[in-house]
Amino acid sequence: MADLAAHGVHPPGFAHQFEDMEQQRDAGSLGMWVFLVTEIMFFGGLFASYIIYRALDLRAFETGSRLLDIRFGAANTAVLIGSSLTMALAIRSAQVGKPKSQIIFYLIMTMILGALFLGLKFTFEWRHDYVEHLVPGFGFAYTGPFAHGVELFFCFYFFMTGLHALHMIIGLGILTVLTIMASRGRFTEQYYAPLEISGLYWHFVDIVWIFLFPLLYLIGGRYVLGGN
Amino acid sequence: MSEHIVPVRIYIGVFLALMALTALTTAVAFIDLGRWNTVAALAIAVTKMFLVVLFFMHLKYSSGLTQLVLLAGFFWLAIMVTLTLSDELTRWWTQTSGSWSALLPFLLRLF
Amino acid sequence: MSTAVIDALPEASAQPSRVNYLNASYGIRSWLLTTDHKRIALLYLSSITLMFFVGGAFAVLMRLHLIQPQGALVEPDTYNKLFTLHGVIMIFFFLIPSIPATLGNFLVPMMVGARDLAFPRLNLLSWYIYAIGAIFTLYATISGGVDTGWTFYPPYSSTFSHTQVVPVALGVFITGFSSILTGLNFVVTIHKMRAPGLTWFRLPLFIWAIYATSIIMILGTPVVAITIFLLGLERLLHVGIFDPKIGGDPVLFQHLFWFYSHPAVYIMILPGLGVMSELVTCFSRKRIFGYSFVAFSSMAIAIISFLVWGHHMFVTGQSVYAGLIFSVLSFLVAIPSAVKVFNWTATLYKGSISYQAPMLYALGFIGLFTMGGLTGLFLASLATDVHLNGTYFIVAHFHYIMVGGAVMAYLGGIHFWWPKITGRMYPDGWARFAALVIFVGFNLTFFPQFIIGYLGMPRRYAVYPPEFQVLNVMSSAGASILGVGYLIPLIYLIWSMRYGPAAGPNPWQAKGLEWETPSPPPTENFEEIPVVTEEAYDYAAPHTGVARG
Repeated sequence: MADLAAHGVHPPGFAHQFEDMEQQRDAGSLGMWVFLVTEIMFFGGLFASYIIYRALDLRAFETGSRLLDIRFGAANTAVLIGSSLTMALAIRSAQVGKPKSQIIFYLIMTMILGALFLGLKFTFEWRHDYVEHLVPGFGFAYTGPFAHGVELFFCFYFFMTGLHALHMIIGLGILTVLTIMASRGRFTEQYYAPLEISGLYWHFVDIVWIFLFPLLYLIGGRYVLGGN
Repeated sequence: MSEHIVPVRIYIGVFLALMALTALTTAVAFIDLGRWNTVAALAIAVTKMFLVVLFFMHLKYSSGLTQLVLLAGFFWLAIMVTLTLSDELTRWWTQTSGSWSALLPFLLRLF
Repeated sequence: MSTAVIDALPEASAQPSRVNYLNASYGIRSWLLTTDHKRIALLYLSSITLMFFVGGAFAVLMRLHLIQPQGALVEPDTYNKLFTLHGVIMIFFFLIPSIPATLGNFLVPMMVGARDLAFPRLNLLSWYIYAIGAIFTLYATISGGVDTGWTFYPPYSSTFSHTQVVPVALGVFITGFSSILTGLNFVVTIHKMRAPGLTWFRLPLFIWAIYATSIIMILGTPVVAITIFLLGLERLLHVGIFDPKIGGDPVLFQHLFWFYSHPAVYIMILPGLGVMSELVTCFSRKRIFGYSFVAFSSMAIAIISFLVWGHHMFVTGQSVYAGLIFSVLSFLVAIPSAVKVFNWTATLYKGSISYQAPMLYALGFIGLFTMGGLTGLFLASLATDVHLNGTYFIVAHFHYIMVGGAVMAYLGGIHFWWPKITGRMYPDGWARFAALVIFVGFNLTFFPQFIIGYLGMPRRYAVYPPEFQVLNVMSSAGASILGVGYLIPLIYLIWSMRYGPAAGPNPWQAKGLEWETPSPPPTENFEEIPVVTEEAYDYAAPHTGVARG
């Protein structure tokens, strides 16, 4: 474990380029927020393109949107919001010095909810879309109105939810690492920065979905449900 | 990074608000409000985002620098969207047979 | 009392005997697994030097080809690959990382009085990401190359080109993350790790420039990343959002691409502008004129640079109204650059000027950057751009800034900080000679290109009308001189690492925290974190502005 002679003054987890733990925490937090800004711009390119094409071809995008199953979209939104809650509670458990079992419990709950999101998306939504020939590049065959625009819409649907899912998978990996760290008793009231920083990432991924849900599933308007 | 410890009831409250807003936005989608559907959906999404950012991500308890950083991110996204739209939406304003012929009536009136 | 950080003067030509970051540990693993920002800077220096000469080789082949109107060397398809790869390699693998990843990595912690960057392991990861991206691109180069132009416009790049678009796109995509992480590291370090007393307005202007560059890296690079990603998907899936068949708009690709790539050119020049402030002050023995103006101008450039990208698209079918907006904003972005040039000139005025090699590069920079910048105004103007777009005028414009400006600032900076980095001095006679050869070779290469561009010779063409031959031959002659000019520093700098005389801690008598350490510095940079009490560039004061703890 930590070499007390070297680390006698500083708590475990201290990195020596910093002057003290407070500077380390501030730097780590600022670093993650800056990284999230890069993610805003990364997803932003897709969002910007989506906004532009929707402005140019509204009818087609509305038609495509109504081909999505709103129940899964709403359910997945609820699942992710729940996972953000459990993540926040995991961090809070460390902050107030709860036993590691509680931290691990909330981390695992977060992972379960995240995996549930991915399971719903891949095994129900995407598989259904594939069977219905709505996946561009993989046998897309839609014969309704605005066929080209609908294909463009589905390009966006799969690119955006796919990129989001990739970020979720990475998040699950990070949560796994955090769970292992927690099980080794690495987190204390003084040192829980990895949890807080990873929490920022997880909440960000949740926020991306908070926007994807209305943009992809709702803006088509559902008031002609059943009248596609 | 804040040392501020948020009470559990705030987290639960935010969670319930987020669920309620999700239900609301889903329900509103079934009502025909014309173009206001879009406005409503986006307004609700932005509200949900604020709740997550301020409370789950502790921005409410963070330094001004962190808040500025996040604001900058959204501002830059807005720049990208706005200036690109300024092209994509205004292309059809120009006649294909000589760009300035569309302005001719106005110019003639001026001079 | 702690021992003085400044060492006693070592004997000339003796090996530095203290423990420093170069000899603190040996073996390839100590380099490949280092987290020391100074060693990482040297890792970058080696890899970008390699990429520079690879990209330069393509340029040599192009200029050799163009000595005859019908082409002297290669098939037109090959020529297309040459200019594409020259652009991709020089822009993404040399210019963008050049000063930030080498001089920035080395100097930022030292200039702010820190022991290392905020995230040293992330810094090492950045280099590995760069190297992997470079390997993908080099693989693509030797397995067929790519001929789309470095701008990868669809639908040619997505649908019709039969070249290695995906590997090159992947290489650029991967390397972009190196840029993002480097920028992130710098921003956090500059915000959170400044030494006590080092307020924002006491920072060296190089730090302001690096900070502004990092903002661009952070905000812009992710956009080109997603754009290239989408292009790759479209190429692989045979359908995508830029595909006109389904209502996509190829010009949208250009918007997203240039949203990054215009600010990217400021990533390439801003650090050089920062180096300039360091060189001009030291070699005129004077404070910078108008410190806060120069500092704010870096920020202004970073911000306004994001508002002008449409000037690359005036003739692509972009709306005239958008074109008007972008044209006006493009004129605006020239102003902060001009502010810097005025302030450097005012700094030189009545300064005590010496003409060592770094200063020769700096003086060359001022003239050539100004020429490049002024010709940018012709291109910002909608009407003249219609005539000049797609011609050699554009090629000359950006080479004046990137080669006459950025590369010369890079070389000036390398020469200025070389004694600090290596503990050795290079032979100044050879260095000045090389600077002059480069200056002459550069102007002979690129000034004729303004003329042939104005006269109408298109760029990216493997053949040209015979009336342009004389000027093309002049340009190619200049290129050969320029090539030789670049080889000379490569030789004597490598030579000096082993045989150069030992340099003291501050051979230029320059101001700045980095000069308060031994040359080469110890791994931890400072025995004790300094406390700063004086302004930057305090050249009038007889003592250095650092208190001993």
